[in-house]
Amino acid sequence: MHTTTVQSSQANQDLLERFEAVRGCRHHFPLLRQRVNGKPLVYFDNAATSQKPQVVIDATLRYYEEENSNIHRGVHYLSERATQAYEGVRVKVQHLLNAAHQREIIFVRGTTEGINLVAYSYGRTIVGAGDEVLISAMEHHSNIVPWQILCEEKGAKLRVIPINDRGEIELADYEKLLTSRTKIVALTHVSNALGTINPVKTMVAMAHAHGIPVLLDGAQAVPHMKVDVRDLDCDFYVFSAHKAFGPTGVGILYGVTKLLDAMPPYQSGGDMIKSVTFEKTIYNDLPYKFEAGTPNIGGGIGMGAAIDYINEIDLASLAEYEHELLAYATRGVAEIPGLRIIGTAREKASVLSFVIDGIHPHDIGTILDDEGIAIRTGHHCAQPVMQRFGVPATARASFAFYNTKEEIDVFLAALHRVREVLA
Amino acid sequence: MSALRDLYQQVILDHNRNPKNFRSMQDATGSIEGYNPLCGDHYTIYVRMDGDVIADISFTGAGCAISKASASVMSSMLKGRTRSEAEGMFRDFHGLVTGVAAPEERMERLGKLAAFAGVSEFPARVKCASLPWHTLHAVLAGKSQPISTE
Repeated sequence: MHTTTVQSSQANQDLLERFEAVRGCRHHFPLLRQRVNGKPLVYFDNAATSQKPQVVIDATLRYYEEENSNIHRGVHYLSERATQAYEGVRVKVQHLLNAAHQREIIFVRGTTEGINLVAYSYGRTIVGAGDEVLISAMEHHSNIVPWQILCEEKGAKLRVIPINDRGEIELADYEKLLTSRTKIVALTHVSNALGTINPVKTMVAMAHAHGIPVLLDGAQAVPHMKVDVRDLDCDFYVFSAHKAFGPTGVGILYGVTKLLDAMPPYQSGGDMIKSVTFEKTIYNDLPYKFEAGTPNIGGGIGMGAAIDYINEIDLASLAEYEHELLAYATRGVAEIPGLRIIGTAREKASVLSFVIDGIHPHDIGTILDDEGIAIRTGHHCAQPVMQRFGVPATARASFAFYNTKEEIDVFLAALHRVREVLA
Repeated sequence: MSALRDLYQQVILDHNRNPKNFRSMQDATGSIEGYNPLCGDHYTIYVRMDGDVIADISFTGAGCAISKASASVMSSMLKGRTRSEAEGMFRDFHGLVTGVAAPEERMERLGKLAAFAGVSEFPARVKCASLPWHTLHAVLAGKSQPISTE
């Protein structure tokens, strides 16, 4: 008994030390030092976009100060240097996701463009009249609308995996929807509106048992956990740099070579061709076939710096720490009269969506802003999720590893004040 | 703190809790849905015109305290007013919530609507306050398609 206590207190000490290491990263983020409405900023809108560490800001600045040049074109020094730096990021992403090949990493503008690329290029090749595309009831609009457009165009049907009252997919419901008509499954890894972490590895295996490819929307997953696309065995994986401590306007589509090779180009123009005559154009090889036009080079360089930064943090400690923040906030809001959490999945990322009886989320957002607290209010680009839970909107606090329990205390006090102001 | 108190004035809180004319209307001569896709505010404004006069006005729907109070105060101010009086008040109200105050004599005419002056300090909330008015404007213009603030 005594030994156990000593061990657990030792383990507790280790945990505290690791949390302290994670918390120590906060000062890497210059924006967090500011005051808003006279109060220290409490930034709880990380699911919308994360803040950027100084190293990302510096890398982007340095690119424009020292390396700026167009890539894949010039024979001159700067062009080669920029090309090398940009292509180096592709390798970093390959390692981040544990992809088998560099050519499977395609630069896009963000998650939305990645999904559109797959829906447009792959979808139009394989989906026909009477076929089905399967998504879930917790998708972001960007993983609904491209498929809806595709289905309308092809006379196919968009099917939706339901979710339970906790905001989880029941695998039995999912299994029933996998049929010979299903041509692709497009599923979020982590829900932006509910925080649910889906059992994507199992779900990919279930789809593959029917020969159906799977696209995973990793926008909310990459900032919070280690993602291994070969372990997940997914066919496509998409994410945005800006939610993972990088710049806006750049993201990644990962796809397995076999599928990417067979897909027609999405956009056409420079860089995606090998040769052009007025009679015929020969497309470039992967990944360039899908990278028409001058890309967001500076953004890509910034993403590379963000990946280096993530690699230096112990992702396991980070996830544990964020989970601790979520648990602390979840316990805290339970004390607020009339507050209901939307999304109570057993496996959850650090997203706390909620409503308060008789008070609209927009009013909550304004009053919290007055206290310097940034949260998101609205439908979170997931209107079907709102409909599923019978609410027009929610308030959403989403945490990153640079947030603290002290900030959650400020947040909880402000929630009490919401009731005072609107009472 | 004081900007926040200016926003959530007692008149606004009262109308939010106990909205006036919060009902549908069977014999409406016109009605339109108005919504703000950004925040999910969603109202239907009903009007029964008697010639050029707004004989009755009511609303249904849901949204934030600002939008609901705005619809409520609007409805209580406009009953018995003419179309052009209503449009004139909309112009002055819009000026009020965007921080462009009308001349004093017209401000006086705004009555309880003056409670919405604090909205001008919160640019993100201007659409909340003006949604019911934009919707009414569409009803008075004889439109029937739902309108959106975006």
